[in-house]
Amino acid sequence: MYDVPDDAALTDQILSPIWTRSRAWWPLFIVSGLLAVLFIYAMGVTFVRGIGSWGNNVPVAWAWGITDFVWWIGIGHAGTFISAFLILLNQRWRASINRFAESMTLFALVNASLFPILHLGRPWFFYWLIPYPATMGVWPNFKSSLPWDVAAVSTYFTVSLLFWYLGLVPDLAAARDRAPGITRRRIYGIFALGWRGSSQEWRHYRVAYTLLAGLATPLVISVHSIVSLDFAITQLPGWHSTIFPPYFVVGAIYSGLAMVLMLILPARRIFHLKDIITEAHLSNLAKLMLVTGSMLAYSYLCEAFVSWYSGDPFEYYTSFVARPLGPYAIIFWLMLCANILTPQLFWWKRMRTNTVVLFGASLLVFAGMWCERFIIIVGSLNRDFLPSSWHFYAPSWVDISLLAGSMGLFCFLFLAFLRWVPMVALSEVKRLHLDMRKERQPVKVRAADGAAS
Amino acid sequence: MTLIRLSHKRKPRARRVLGEFPSVDSLLAGIDALKNGGYDTLETFTPFDIPELDARLGLRRSRIGWLVFTCGLIGMVLAFGIQWWANVHNYPLNSGGRPVFAIPSFIFPTFEGLVLAASFGAFFGVLAWLHLPRLWAPIDEVEGFTSASIDRFWIAVGAVDADDSGERAQKILRDSGAIQTFAPADV
Repeated sequence: MYDVPDDAALTDQILSPIWTRSRAWWPLFIVSGLLAVLFIYAMGVTFVRGIGSWGNNVPVAWAWGITDFVWWIGIGHAGTFISAFLILLNQRWRASINRFAESMTLFALVNASLFPILHLGRPWFFYWLIPYPATMGVWPNFKSSLPWDVAAVSTYFTVSLLFWYLGLVPDLAAARDRAPGITRRRIYGIFALGWRGSSQEWRHYRVAYTLLAGLATPLVISVHSIVSLDFAITQLPGWHSTIFPPYFVVGAIYSGLAMVLMLILPARRIFHLKDIITEAHLSNLAKLMLVTGSMLAYSYLCEAFVSWYSGDPFEYYTSFVARPLGPYAIIFWLMLCANILTPQLFWWKRMRTNTVVLFGASLLVFAGMWCERFIIIVGSLNRDFLPSSWHFYAPSWVDISLLAGSMGLFCFLFLAFLRWVPMVALSEVKRLHLDMRKERQPVKVRAADGAAS
Repeated sequence: MTLIRLSHKRKPRARRVLGEFPSVDSLLAGIDALKNGGYDTLETFTPFDIPELDARLGLRRSRIGWLVFTCGLIGMVLAFGIQWWANVHNYPLNSGGRPVFAIPSFIFPTFEGLVLAASFGAFFGVLAWLHLPRLWAPIDEVEGFTSASIDRFWIAVGAVDADDSGERAQKILRDSGAIQTFAPADV
């Protein structure tokens, strides 16, 4: 028999972290808040002293900051993938985890969008990148990939926010109707926009939500493709490659799936969500990691093959000498091992459902994908065409603080989300449970039901 | 016309009988019974989407897709137009000797403009279509109605005549499994 709490109990279980404070929450919130303060401090240093406070120097003009940008934005991709792509494929199991994944997307994008702005040199003029009606008549150069990035990232953030909020509205209404006390009822009532779940509302909502999912799916593919074009449209060996767009998108989803698992596993334990986020969910996520990890391995292979097959000595040198044997060889091999070997564990079901293995593997992939971005960016720039200009890049304390601080800000925002927002898509899970109860009824009963209705 | 109405506009409307059901099956049974009894102005309030209701309530597929499509087209044309105006018309920009009107490089922001405008269309379109936000409506005053967002399924039966006590509709509701019914009211 399918044993789940009824809808009222389910609602209370999901909403209880909003009304009651857990003991573990405050310390975590404060620690991540302090890290976020470090982030703000490092940003302040960058504002006042400029990019010189980072470790970047020509020819390594892009380094840690852009690595963080590409990495964070990639992490966001799995959120949209899970929530939008899987809805189009009618994968109902996504209902339990899509809210986690979408929130992760939003907060990862907050971090991602800060890095290129900081990298502008004069970040306070960031609005020059937007084609606003300016009297000076100097417009963004749309033949450069950087304004494409602006369009892609700002659109991605806006659409993710709208999609996330529209999905939240029915759950905010549930929070409004269960809120203890008039103040909380009013606050959630305002955010719920007066949702009442009428047949008219659902009729339009369903179509609008699915359309947003349909729009978000090509969008997510376009975003990391455009990010990859920042590199691919240049002539630098290691960057100038036509495989970059799919290679980046696959890597992005891969790193994001690792992040989703790292967020879900502790939340599942702390908030007792084992009957909502089941082993099947974990196993499915692990399978997706195996698939995207294998596609990534194929991309690595393809990139290496094309460098060899091109006959270009610079391409050959970057792929077969500079990266595996050069100054960042350790990072290169760490990347290969973490990204290719780790997911091989997931061929076995026991590994896919073992939470310790899953968490460890996700952590490895999470770090491995950062290494990949670093190797692509710094590993290509530090040894370009002219050996006399070669340069060893090392990060400054500001670089390291920005990365650590951005992780802090991410955790800070995510903890705030767990505390104040319904963390599981309630209305979707209720529907899913109804369908599952029906499916698991004996056939005779179902037939009788069909005859009755 | 105002897009945002914070409270429900008072207008004379047909009084409605309300019934509360414990499950989807009983709700569907209730709708069928009401339709057999001659009531066909029905509205339901449910905690989650029940697409099966549309056929029973005679609701057509939402046409919001056309709005989204139109917005997407506008966004696409706008994004392409801005790029053309900025880099080709107003300030012809020679970037590395490439053609001034380089359409392939304009594709990416054009696509993003399409998606952005279409998404705005979907989000704000659905809110405007449904007259949301509407923080208060008369039905909120009905006792226990808050369960409609949690675990109960409500039917509002319209077209109850002014002199009708609503007894017949209430009886049909109770017979098909309603746990609670309400006499006709302006909700």
